[in-house]
Amino acid sequence: MNENFDYSLIDWSRAQFALTAMYHWIFVPLTLGLGFMLAIMESIYVRTGDQEWKRITKFWMTIFGINFAIGVATGIILEFEFGTNWSNYSWFVGDIFGAPLAIEGIMAFFLESTFIAVMFFGWDKVSKRFHLLSTWLVAFGASLSALWILVANAWMQMPVGMKFNPDTARNEMHNFWDVLFSPMAVSKFTHTISSSYLLAAIVVIGISSWFLLKKRHLVFAKRSIVVAAVFGIVTSLFTILTGDYSAKVIAKHQPMKFAAFEGLSVGQRGAPLVALGIVSSSPDDPNNENVKDFAFKIEIPNFLSYMAFQDFNAFIPGVKDLMEGNEEQGIMSATEKIFRGRLAIDALAEYKAAKKTGDEFKQSEAQKVLDENFRYFGYGYFENNPQGLVPNLPLTFYSFHIMVMLGFWFLVFFALILLLVYKNRISTSRFWLKIAIMNIPLAYIASQSGWITAEMGRQPWVIQDLMPTMAAVSKLDSGAVVVTFVLFALIFTTLLIAELRIMFRQIKNGPKPGGN
Amino acid sequence: MFETFSILTLQQYWWIIISILASLLVFLMFVQGGQTLIYSLGKTETEQNLIVNTLGRKWELTFTTLVTFGGAFFASFPLFYSTSFGGAYWVWMAILFAFIIQAISYEYRSKPNNFLGKRTFEVFLFINGALATILIGTAVGTFFNGSMFSVDKLNLTRIYDSAISRWETPFHGLEAVLNPHNVALGLSVFFLSRILGILYIVNSIKNENIFQRGLKQMYYNAVPFLVFFLYFVTALLLKQGFAYSPGTGEIFMEPYKYLHNFLQMPVVSVMFLAGVVLVLAGIAVFLFKGSHKGIWYTGSGTVLAVLALFLVAGLNNTAFYPSTFNLQHSLTIENSSSSHYTLTAMSYVSLFVPVVIAYIFLVWRSINNKPMEANDLNDNQTHVY
Ligand code: HDD
Ligand code: HEM
Ligand code: HEM
Repeated sequence: MNENFDYSLIDWSRAQFALTAMYHWIFVPLTLGLGFMLAIMESIYVRTGDQEWKRITKFWMTIFGINFAIGVATGIILEFEFGTNWSNYSWFVGDIFGAPLAIEGIMAFFLESTFIAVMFFGWDKVSKRFHLLSTWLVAFGASLSALWILVANAWMQMPVGMKFNPDTARNEMHNFWDVLFSPMAVSKFTHTISSSYLLAAIVVIGISSWFLLKKRHLVFAKRSIVVAAVFGIVTSLFTILTGDYSAKVIAKHQPMKFAAFEGLSVGQRGAPLVALGIVSSSPDDPNNENVKDFAFKIEIPNFLSYMAFQDFNAFIPGVKDLMEGNEEQGIMSATEKIFRGRLAIDALAEYKAAKKTGDEFKQSEAQKVLDENFRYFGYGYFENNPQGLVPNLPLTFYSFHIMVMLGFWFLVFFALILLLVYKNRISTSRFWLKIAIMNIPLAYIASQSGWITAEMGRQPWVIQDLMPTMAAVSKLDSGAVVVTFVLFALIFTTLLIAELRIMFRQIKNGPKPGGN
Repeated sequence: MFETFSILTLQQYWWIIISILASLLVFLMFVQGGQTLIYSLGKTETEQNLIVNTLGRKWELTFTTLVTFGGAFFASFPLFYSTSFGGAYWVWMAILFAFIIQAISYEYRSKPNNFLGKRTFEVFLFINGALATILIGTAVGTFFNGSMFSVDKLNLTRIYDSAISRWETPFHGLEAVLNPHNVALGLSVFFLSRILGILYIVNSIKNENIFQRGLKQMYYNAVPFLVFFLYFVTALLLKQGFAYSPGTGEIFMEPYKYLHNFLQMPVVSVMFLAGVVLVLAGIAVFLFKGSHKGIWYTGSGTVLAVLALFLVAGLNNTAFYPSTFNLQHSLTIENSSSSHYTLTAMSYVSLFVPVVIAYIFLVWRSINNKPMEANDLNDNQTHVY
């Protein structure tokens, strides 16, 4: 038998998933946030009856529509890719993972797509109130779809509420509520949606600033900025709080990811928080890929321990402790986990063999070994490659730090904008208006960095500790995946160009005259 | 309530839900059919715009139904999801590509500065309409004819080669087109969707020219539809099918299996016959009475007939996804479903489906109460594609 993984297949499948997910994620956060801002703007219109607010709502609705269409186009791929490219995964955890995906379709997508029709086509057909309700339902539906998909994603990072069944060779759901309310699901959902709301606020401020710089549509632009800046300051606070909470959950449940994004190679008590740093190889052990040091760093002493465990003296394991084990702290070494994982895998084989021959004694013995060691099941696949257990430290470290720095910067930025609005100096502060425009790409960078942290940091796992990426992949020729990868890259890039050109033209045209 | 059901009841319940979603999907593919007729029914720019806009108000519904169909299939029969999608890779990928290019085409088609030009987006709509219907139909054909795959859960213990589902031909799904019976279903779906498209368009647009061209087009599409569909049904009733014994799960070939299924499930036969009659009635009232209402007959007939075909494929101890590589690896609703717990949880979720259908119905009644005319396409009033 071939004693190696087909790495080219695995890497191309990962690349394809990353490409399609990241494209999808370009459009989703704007939909999530702009939806709510539309609802707020339209609420003001309905309250005041001021046609200018209707014009404002309609302009942003056009932007919403252009962005939404391509979000849908990129989403359908992801839904089916679990089957096409991660088919083993789809069986191993399908009993749990499929449910949120189906619920998302039934509960959220229909809500969104039905009421979007009222939003776009219903202005002169339904009552003002019903129209407003529809706009709120669209916003709500979008966030509901985020909820279900994020529950699914959180479960991969922290599998709960299930039990492995050797007869079917898969994990089966035992408690739906555990899946829905796991701390990881709470942190993922709250952080992802608040950061998306933030992103949309940045986009609205940026585009409106352009109008102010061009001295066009001043009332429209100023009003949009006010709504977005208030929305932005609230959501950016919430983003920071939930981001901090996410990190705490990860410190507890995904220590390897935590060590990677904090850049902690060697564990310690009272660990410092590296606020800024440049990763380099370690002078003590330059050839060890898993041990890194910093060529330069700014750190806050003891703060990491406090942040993670509310104790300035708590021990935080580094990559090295997690690999080599640390008896004093009760951390098992990777070799030991791999050994146990192998026991579990072999026990599954024995269980199946004993079942075939009807040997009940052997079957129950095997089941015992399997149950005892199942939490390490995925480690068994690393018998010849323990180094594969470590994620890419520099990449996770940088993407995490970029996101966090930008998160604090956006808070300051929203405060500044509000101050300028309050002092009535916003339309003349050309410097800040230019900064506002430059913030748009930064918001997207922060958002994408968040996913890179989350998803690269959890490597090599698709299901934490239970199934590694290598074992999840469909049995295909890597050539086939290369072909689809290239096609996706071409088609999505073409569509993105079309989207951007249409978007820029619509912005240039500005809001239509009159309240219609 | 659902907790007390046996696993078999839940499996049957979910097969029925999947079948309902599939039947609604085929009906809603009038959008796809209509997309292939933009130039044959509309000769002037205004006429074409009318057609695109009336279809454009419904495309999301079809799309979302497809997505939900996929999600529901995953949640209830995950082994099908992992075996078919990962195995028949090319077919599913081609279907997905056909839907990516649809999703942006309406919104971007007539927007200024759209990079590819109006024509390109219309070609995208055409490709989606033709490819998606033919391929989905052909893929469903394999439910009756089988595919070359194997499933062995023990593979999970083979560290370096752990895929449990494998496609045993390098064509990864493309081989399905070599079987005329599959292709006949694909083409039937294609022509049916065009029939539905014509009926929907003449019902939702007030325009005499479009109506007259619709009459002509109906002949071109109804005749091939009848030919392919009759061939498909006759061959289905005469062929041997993939049966399993309920106790052991052992799979075997049974002559006239699908005919037996119809006979042993009389409700399904009635459904099927009623469906076919309604499909034909809708075509007839349009052609011979000039009625605009044909879509309601043909539409509901489509739902009934497709529903019946799916029930015949999966119920009454029939393997719905047969393996011709190794008969014993075929998927049945019993060996490919989710656990009792998950099916129960999802059954509660399924109670939302009527709610969803109800609000969709209400919303559409409130904004689509009269046929569209040229002066409805004023983009100061409403959103125009
Ligand atoms: C505009 C976007 C944005 C901004 C400004 C921030 N984040 Fe974030 N972050 C995300 C957008 C994001 C995200 C894209 O939404 C992620 C990816 C996965 C997830 O759950 O949310 C994410 C993930 C993510 C994770 C990993 C979650 C996981 O692996 O499951 C942590 C620990 C943080 N964030 C922490 C923070 C902190 C402490 C921030 C503030 C100062 C911050 N983020 C600002
Ligand atoms: C939409 C934003 C998302 C982005 C930008 C994103 C990004 C990524 C990236 C970069 C990878 C590749 C990591 C690697 O190198 O292996 C990846 C893999 C993956 N992600 Fe995400 N992801 C997103 C959302 C999700 C969600 C919501 C889920 C689950 C519901 C998910 C499930 C997966 C799976 C199954 C893989 C493939 C297996 C793997 O490589 O680990 N992703 N994603
Ligand atoms: C990898 C996992 C994901 C899958 C399988 C997926 C699937 C899909 C699908 C199929 C659609 C089109 C729905 C339609 O028919 O209207 C869609 C759109 C959407 N998805 Fe995703 N999605 C994923 C990740 C995410 C994430 C992480 C979020 C939010 C946190 C999200 C939020 C949305 C929203 C708001 C839409 C509406 C359309 C838009 O993007 O503007 N999705 N998604």
